Amino acid sequence: MSGGVDSAVAAARAVDAGHDVVGVHLALSRMPGTLRTGSRGCCTIEDSMDAQRAANLIGIPYYVWDFSERFKADVVDDFIAEYSAGRTPNPCMRCNERIKFAALLEKALALGFDAVCTGHYASIVTDADGNRELHRAAAWAKDQSYVLGVLTTDQLAHAMFPLGATPAKAEVRAEAAARGFSVASKPDSHDICFIPDGDTRGWLAERVGAQTGEILDRDGAVVGSHEGAHAFTVGQRRGLQIGTPAADGKPRFVLEVRPKDNTVVVGPKEALDIALIAGSRFTWAGLAPADARTPFECEVQIRAHADPVAASAVVAVGPTGGDELVITPHVPLNGVAPGQTAVVYVGTRVLGQCTIDRTVSAVPVAL
Amino acid sequence: MRPTVVSVPVYLDHAATTPMRPEAVAAYVEAAAVVGNPSSIHSSGQNARRVLEEARESLAESLGCSPIEVIFTSGGTEAINLAIKGLFWARNGRRILVPGGEHHATIDTVEWLQRHEGAAVDWLPLDPVGRVDISAASAAFVDGEPIALATMLWANNEVGTLQPVTEVAALAARAGVPLHVDAVAAFGHVPVDAAQVRRASQSGAGTGLVALSVSAHKIGGPVGVGALVLDRSAVLEPLLHGGGQQRQVRSGTQDVAAAVSFAAAARASVAELADEASRVRLLRERLVAGVRSAVPDVVVNGVDDASARLPGTAHFAFAGAQGDSLLFLLDAAGVAVSTGSACQAGIPEPSHVLLAMGRDEATARTALRVTLGRTTTDADVDAFLAALPSAHAQARRAGLS
Repeated sequence: MSGGVDSAVAAARAVDAGHDVVGVHLALSRMPGTLRTGSRGCCTIEDSMDAQRAANLIGIPYYVWDFSERFKADVVDDFIAEYSAGRTPNPCMRCNERIKFAALLEKALALGFDAVCTGHYASIVTDADGNRELHRAAAWAKDQSYVLGVLTTDQLAHAMFPLGATPAKAEVRAEAAARGFSVASKPDSHDICFIPDGDTRGWLAERVGAQTGEILDRDGAVVGSHEGAHAFTVGQRRGLQIGTPAADGKPRFVLEVRPKDNTVVVGPKEALDIALIAGSRFTWAGLAPADARTPFECEVQIRAHADPVAASAVVAVGPTGGDELVITPHVPLNGVAPGQTAVVYVGTRVLGQCTIDRTVSAVPVAL
Repeated sequence: MRPTVVSVPVYLDHAATTPMRPEAVAAYVEAAAVVGNPSSIHSSGQNARRVLEEARESLAESLGCSPIEVIFTSGGTEAINLAIKGLFWARNGRRILVPGGEHHATIDTVEWLQRHEGAAVDWLPLDPVGRVDISAASAAFVDGEPIALATMLWANNEVGTLQPVTEVAALAARAGVPLHVDAVAAFGHVPVDAAQVRRASQSGAGTGLVALSVSAHKIGGPVGVGALVLDRSAVLEPLLHGGGQQRQVRSGTQDVAAAVSFAAAARASVAELADEASRVRLLRERLVAGVRSAVPDVVVNGVDDASARLPGTAHFAFAGAQGDSLLFLLDAAGVAVSTGSACQAGIPEPSHVLLAMGRDEATARTALRVTLGRTTTDADVDAFLAALPSAHAQARRAGLS
């Protein structure tokens, strides 16, 4: 229970459904802030108190479990390492994968619980043979199946998402108000919870260290300078200090971040178009496809709130000799960064995901 | 809707707070009906003042001090803050001598003085049973730059070890340093006599034991009232400025009902102390023996010698089982215990007392504190011992992650 409206209603619905429920708030920082500021951040003492008050009203016991060390190692340090390596990670996804449905779930199972129930907007469907599938929520605008795409069969077997069938967030807020929860109108949390002021660049600069480097065009010519490559992400346009204008006068975008030599490569918008993505770290959410080595039709989604794009996917041997999941979108994807997660859907079902290692541009360099 | 009040049948967290004594409740209710501000000049004020001063005299008698030395506060935390900050601000020296493993009211106060007021904090080591290392303390009092004050516990609130208060007070007296003693966990459970310590340690004017903090709710009085026993000779700056009540040391309208109730709880606790300590000690011995037989590799922390510890405090380290897992499982079984320390958000932290006693962080996360009190019965000990084996087995399966 984060102290937000969704987990409070999820807990109440789980109790109504007859489950024996205990509220758990995750302490993810050794030094939590005291008060929320606007809609940013989470896990402040105020959030913990909000969660406790909701648990009181539901009539369930409530505890704070400390996962601050695991969170630092598996989410925060991973976030820094990924950016340092020129990739763009999704820390919420990492938190679901390593904390909520790993560290928390393991501890809960060991202490005698059967499942972790959260306020995520996603659905679990059990097929005729009893296999569990992860599906999009009924409320597409709030659908969070993307950030749960990393869950495996074992994790899904012990997950509950009571909000999955709710058609709209407004309904959850109305239910919270009807139940008397003080958090009924609490703003949604946004951004990265461990960067409470929202300044990801400044936060990273403090930890990675900022060094002036060169901005290159696709031909390798120096067109400007920057204050540290880690601050850039593929597809970014704003914040580029480019001295030399492009020949065609059109705006340029970040195409590539090379942390090793601290350079950023820029180019025209078309050069962001990606024809193929692949990743060696892939998982299936539920049963694996019967034959993933034969290309199959699917949809791919590369960000939490991106539209899915029709694609074909296949498991094949990659350039380094190991298996990778290769996804070929039917129309080029725009602005894909290594480190992002590509989630593969068939209809509303999440089939699986991979962390993107490599991409192939739709537009050759010699434009 | 489900009931919002969950009854806890077995309460073994008396060191956190203990149920109010019926005589303290009765005294509170009666005194709450008294009309008048004890600082008012009219006869209503004088009547309130009379009731308040009788409470002060009674509490002074329970503490072994003069009535004028009793400064009522809002609780133990305020008394400790008043003593440490007040003594520091009134002195020229920068150094503060403080043992490791103190209560957070002390730790956070001296660290604040370090950050904001230029204090230099000398942390004195604890020995493996949690007692201040007297030879290290002795060296610290004679070495280095001038010392503003020293502070220490009378009894450690987590592991229950009694501290060498008279010896440290004698060192302080010889060095011309004022000493504050946090007796919140000790008062009412073991004999606490401020005057006796001052005599035995040859404390002088403004040196040796000059200040001692106590709290009402640890002995069956109400939450929200404590006292600082402040020697007449102590020089101290106030925390609160205003009406100049209580020797100008603690401004603010005095809470007559809380003072009367505190005094009633103190009288009863001190009167019963010898009998109650023996009774609770036997319960604790049975509980510890039961834990040892259920979990042979348990480590019982603190001193073994019953005369050198709080009678009702039992503190364990359960190898391979996290304290907060045990707390949760025992709570689910209807038994309330503690991991020792908790911050406002309820985040369980490794026991800073065990860390100060030289244990590693993994061990410090396995701590469980079971504290017995006035209302504890044989049946409570039985219930705890009945719930422990399966809770322990399950917590150990959950491991240390």
